Amino acid sequence: MNKGKNMNGSQIIIDALKKEGVNTIFGYPGGVVIPLFDALYGESELRVILNRHEQAAVHAADGYARSSGKVGVALVTSGPGATNTITGIATAKLDSIPIVVISGQVKNDFIGTDGFQEVDMSGLTRPVCKHSYLVSDIKDLGRVFKEAFHIAQSGRPGPVSIDIPTDVITASIRNYQYPEKVELPGYKPTISGNPRQIKKLAQEIQIAEKPLFYTGGGIVSSGAEQALLQVVEKTNIPFVSTLMGLGSIPSDHPLFLGMPGMHGRYAANHAMMQCDLLIAVGARFDDRVTGDIRRFAPNAVIAHIDIDPAEIGKNVLTAIPVVGDAKHILNSLNEHLKPREANGWCKAVIKWKEETPLIYERRESEPAAPQYVIETLSRLVDEDAVIVTDVGQHQMFTALYYRHRKPRSFITSGGLGTMGFGLPAAMGAQMANPEKQVIAVCGDGGFQMNIQELATCALNCINVKILVLNNEYLGMVRQWQEMFWNKHYSKVCLRQRSNCPPNCKGPNAACPEKYFPDFVKVAEANGVLGLRAEKASEVESVLKEGFVHPGPVLMECLVRKEENVYPMVPAGKAIDEILMGNERILK
Amino acid sequence: MKEKHTIRMKVVNTVGVMARITGLISQRGYNIDNIIASPSEDPNIYTVHLVLTETEEKIEQIGKQLNKLVDVIKVSDISHNRNYIVREFIMVKISTNKNRSELLQLISLFEAKVLDLCAHYVVASMTGSPRTIMRFLDAVHPFGIMELDRSGEFAVKDE
Repeated sequence: MNKGKNMNGSQIIIDALKKEGVNTIFGYPGGVVIPLFDALYGESELRVILNRHEQAAVHAADGYARSSGKVGVALVTSGPGATNTITGIATAKLDSIPIVVISGQVKNDFIGTDGFQEVDMSGLTRPVCKHSYLVSDIKDLGRVFKEAFHIAQSGRPGPVSIDIPTDVITASIRNYQYPEKVELPGYKPTISGNPRQIKKLAQEIQIAEKPLFYTGGGIVSSGAEQALLQVVEKTNIPFVSTLMGLGSIPSDHPLFLGMPGMHGRYAANHAMMQCDLLIAVGARFDDRVTGDIRRFAPNAVIAHIDIDPAEIGKNVLTAIPVVGDAKHILNSLNEHLKPREANGWCKAVIKWKEETPLIYERRESEPAAPQYVIETLSRLVDEDAVIVTDVGQHQMFTALYYRHRKPRSFITSGGLGTMGFGLPAAMGAQMANPEKQVIAVCGDGGFQMNIQELATCALNCINVKILVLNNEYLGMVRQWQEMFWNKHYSKVCLRQRSNCPPNCKGPNAACPEKYFPDFVKVAEANGVLGLRAEKASEVESVLKEGFVHPGPVLMECLVRKEENVYPMVPAGKAIDEILMGNERILK
Repeated sequence: MKEKHTIRMKVVNTVGVMARITGLISQRGYNIDNIIASPSEDPNIYTVHLVLTETEEKIEQIGKQLNKLVDVIKVSDISHNRNYIVREFIMVKISTNKNRSELLQLISLFEAKVLDLCAHYVVASMTGSPRTIMRFLDAVHPFGIMELDRSGEFAVKDE
């Protein structure tokens, strides 16, 4: 329909977005993108959510992508608008999330002159993007969008940045057509694995006595949940899942040993250390999973299935590399596998899991234990609820204590560990899943990093349920200070005042008033319902009230101030050197 | 063991492709010994020669990371292939104040080319293997090297 038609840059961009199936954009206007926002004025097919900070816009696009599997889109202006997106882009890069970030740029003529709000966006994003573009000619605009969406969601997904000078946005061309195909000679992701390697892996699985599957975010991005389930059930091989893979298979599956790593379950960590065949699928041997890499899985033959060849052999020596898409490979692996009975190893590791339940101290009157709040949440939510976390102790409590049910329903910043991610990512997830219950679980620290988004929620009827676990500390740092830094609570107390003792070692009677800020008031000032549970006994009623409220809600639960996340493997230790809590060390 | 490797790449000639390559190398904590980029038989495709001193495992990892760049079409590490040819081109300005005839003799012995000759110095150019270049520079060093420009090393598979 566009053949022979004059089109300007704005029209090309909007046309490209629609052709890529985009219906929601998270953005923030500014000088150089006014012409583009002008074209969006009155646009009915593209909904633009005005966030209150560009970082939040990118996290929202990210949450949209993680919860739906589609590409999330953010649109910002040049200079500070562009630099504010960097944390969001890096967050998406580290977790391999497909997003496209469109930024305006100063006019071509002004590039390199330190013009007003000029910053080298393609340079800034280069190390944190899967690919970045500076479109200096309108002739390239359609092709760049086609390529960007292709690159973002194919192979190992990731963020793509498109920087567009304002004169390209306003320029026009004749005979414009959105390209149908991409031509990228240097970009051809491998999808189906090498059949010989798959066969070899199948043979290793048949002879292994202590095999273990170690699955990660790749299961989710490839949609390999069913394929994985078929393989583990056919062979009765137990499996562990990284933080990024949680939910890919329900966490009450009998063969599931839990999350491994620094805050991993006893059974998961010990199984990793003792297995004789470790089959990694879409996981990348991150230091938070492996602990001391030199002592990691000493007896195991390592097989690694990953779509990114550069991940194989990066951190550990791999005996059986299989490059390709997890779903494809697991399905063809399944064809080569014979059914296996649950052997002694399988029974033993499941017994470890039963013998080491997660434990914490319950008290009714005190502020609630954070673990109790998460357990209550897990009990009260809808079966298909989407849980989005921020970063810190509450994130680990949610990973450990929440009953994960469905893929793409546990969303968290794993690789970069970005505080402030929770609320905006939940907004994105809610926009992608308007019918579902979406819950942002935040700590009081991270929540304040993007607290301005409460207004965005209220005005756009983004009905996220925000659960803030308030311990008045930056809890994870405080935990490290308590355990490894002689209780030097240096700058972790969120109500520390200028007249507090500089060598404070914890809360006491002389501490200032109860909470700061008053989150309920902040919520109300932003048009969001605010509820507070001061005691454990109030948690359930607050959650129930919040869940039935038709709009966005902030549910603040005061939690025990000096609670620690256990199990814990101190940094630099092997992952079977676990502290289980209560000074009880199991080896 | 750390050894010299030449990573030879075919890349699409786009704005910023060199920045992507060098950025990736420094981002992953490696050092570049030398780098050459020039058009190949197809003007849209450039050949990049990247010389690094690293262990074989690290070179493999760098190669894989480079291959992930969208603009990089092909990566090969040819240094460990027995059949390869490495050449470097140099231009050197050497003082003639000591023993001019002996110096000129050396230059012709190494089959270097005299590009300019005046009262105080000679400018010579030479193409050779890294070893020949090293020998030549060692030989002329006592005469006094006033200026030295090197192209960096090119490598090609000899099949």
